[in-house]
Amino acid sequence: MRSARFRFEIVEDLASADFIFDAYGQTLEDLFKACATACFTAMTEIEPVEPIKEYNLMVDGEDLNELLYNYIAELIYLKDTEKSFFSYFEIHIAEDKKSLSSVVRGEPIDYDKHVIKTDVKAVTYHDLNITERNGEYVTRMVLDL
Amino acid sequence: MQKKRINEYIWEIPPDQKPGMKVPARIVASEKLISGMDEGVYNQITNVACLPGIRQYAWCMPDGHWGYGFPIGGVAAFDMDEGVISPGGIGFDINCGVRLIRTSLAEDEVRPKLKELVDTLFRNIPAGVGKSGSVSLSRREFDNVITQGAGWCQKNGYAWEEDLNRIEQRGQIPGADSSAVSDKAVNRGVDQIGTLGSGNHYLEVQSVRFDEGCDAETSRLLGIEEPGQVTIMIHCGSRGFGHQIGTDYLQSFGSAMKRYGITTNDRELACAPISSPEGKQYFGAMACAANAAFANRQVITHHVRQSFEKVFGKPADRLGMNLVYDVAHNIAKIETYDIEGRPTKLLVHRKGATRAYGPGNPALSGIFHQLGQPVLVGGSMQAGSYLMVGTRMAEELTFGSTCHGAGRAMSRAAAKKRVRGSDLLHQMENEGIIVRTASFSGLAEEAGFAYKNVSDVVEAVHNLGISRKVARFHPMANIKG
Repeated sequence: MRSARFRFEIVEDLASADFIFDAYGQTLEDLFKACATACFTAMTEIEPVEPIKEYNLMVDGEDLNELLYNYIAELIYLKDTEKSFFSYFEIHIAEDKKSLSSVVRGEPIDYDKHVIKTDVKAVTYHDLNITERNGEYVTRMVLDL
Repeated sequence: MQKKRINEYIWEIPPDQKPGMKVPARIVASEKLISGMDEGVYNQITNVACLPGIRQYAWCMPDGHWGYGFPIGGVAAFDMDEGVISPGGIGFDINCGVRLIRTSLAEDEVRPKLKELVDTLFRNIPAGVGKSGSVSLSRREFDNVITQGAGWCQKNGYAWEEDLNRIEQRGQIPGADSSAVSDKAVNRGVDQIGTLGSGNHYLEVQSVRFDEGCDAETSRLLGIEEPGQVTIMIHCGSRGFGHQIGTDYLQSFGSAMKRYGITTNDRELACAPISSPEGKQYFGAMACAANAAFANRQVITHHVRQSFEKVFGKPADRLGMNLVYDVAHNIAKIETYDIEGRPTKLLVHRKGATRAYGPGNPALSGIFHQLGQPVLVGGSMQAGSYLMVGTRMAEELTFGSTCHGAGRAMSRAAAKKRVRGSDLLHQMENEGIIVRTASFSGLAEEAGFAYKNVSDVVEAVHNLGISRKVARFHPMANIKG
């Protein structure tokens, strides 16, 4: 998946049951958006997911890696409790980089409308390490399927 | 990383191969399996060998593959006073496990009705992302489920009385503490009891085979009597409830480690001393998730029995639908082993590994005390599965542990590139295996070629003597989440 500001690339060469990808973003918000988009791409094709219902999230973390972990964990929680897929992620990270607010939009899972792929059980800390490289933010992320 | 061969099936990485290793790491594998073992396994199992209070060896079973924190197939035992408990050594899907149900039906009786049976099972047992189960529970009642496990199912009409005797620890792990569980975990799990989930979880209708090296006499005593006898295997776990507990504690253990001055090579190995308040809390929450998983597989069993009743027009007891056994393969348990000649209590982590108690173990009763604990090894949906029994050798060598399945040989993404789900479904139908799936791409990810050869894995543990081959099950129909 690629846009002007963010993208992710799935890592295929590890004999793993997990969903592993490298995410890239021009800003930290873009990087977080790349990870959120990748997370729902593991579960469905996100283009047909209409941004009908809106949720406002507030997430904290001791550092940036923890903030990202907590944000993706929150989205996975919301997926199960609202039984919904999400396709729109607006993110504002606070100046101290220890909290964020996010507007998330999506719709209830519909087996007739959505492509159903594999459920994401959890986000992991494995290889999660946000760095700046060649003028963009980068991290690997491993999701447990 | 250098490894030395200890015998035909054990490979050891000595502690001088990585700074901080407290014990050697050992991998159980044949020469063929070790040559295909991915590098991640060596790195991860040696990271485990660095954890505080680990005893003897960090083990990896022959179905081992790259995980996060521990490799899948990892077994590690920790001293109760000096050791740690690690959510990454258990997995997010706490008490993911396998259950085997027998029937008195023969394959040729079931074949003519197989499509109807599979459609009925697929209707009655929710599978895939975002599905709710049929059991409606209040928060208070859910507390009873997570503290009583399969016992709750029996009180509420989802279990036969004898079922509980045929579940590891009677389907109820002591020490479950519902106050250690977050509201979020409850909210995620409260409506998911009786659901299969997704990923590699499945419900399979199978037919018994006695290949060379199987033990038909032991099999008969366990209720698997004839070639062609139909069985049902269920593979699933604690669903969103367990996943959230793993997520919560992985997070909170980060700060606990700072407090206790513990460092690890990988944040996924976050841990806390077993004896600390944080460690005890996680153990109490993990036990709740384990109980939820036992209840989940029990409620699914209830729906399997009802589905068979509907299709074959007889009560489930007259169809001989007794439980053979139910094992947990993602869990930590307090068990006693000889360390330097002294019986010592240890916390044994098994992540993608199965308990394999041998004959005479005091924790086993009835026929299992005589034969050893049944071990259920789930293969890929094309290759079939095995019934084995535990051995005393496993108790002496591998902290009473053995393999849990085939183990992946290929990533999900790579598998999907090799085959389309719809093509695989037709291919399997031609092989005589009917498939119903909530997800075609999920089906492609589970293709047989994405896994190691389960027979190679079973041969390795059988030949090493840490479990004994009893019977094989050939797939007839598979329901995939």
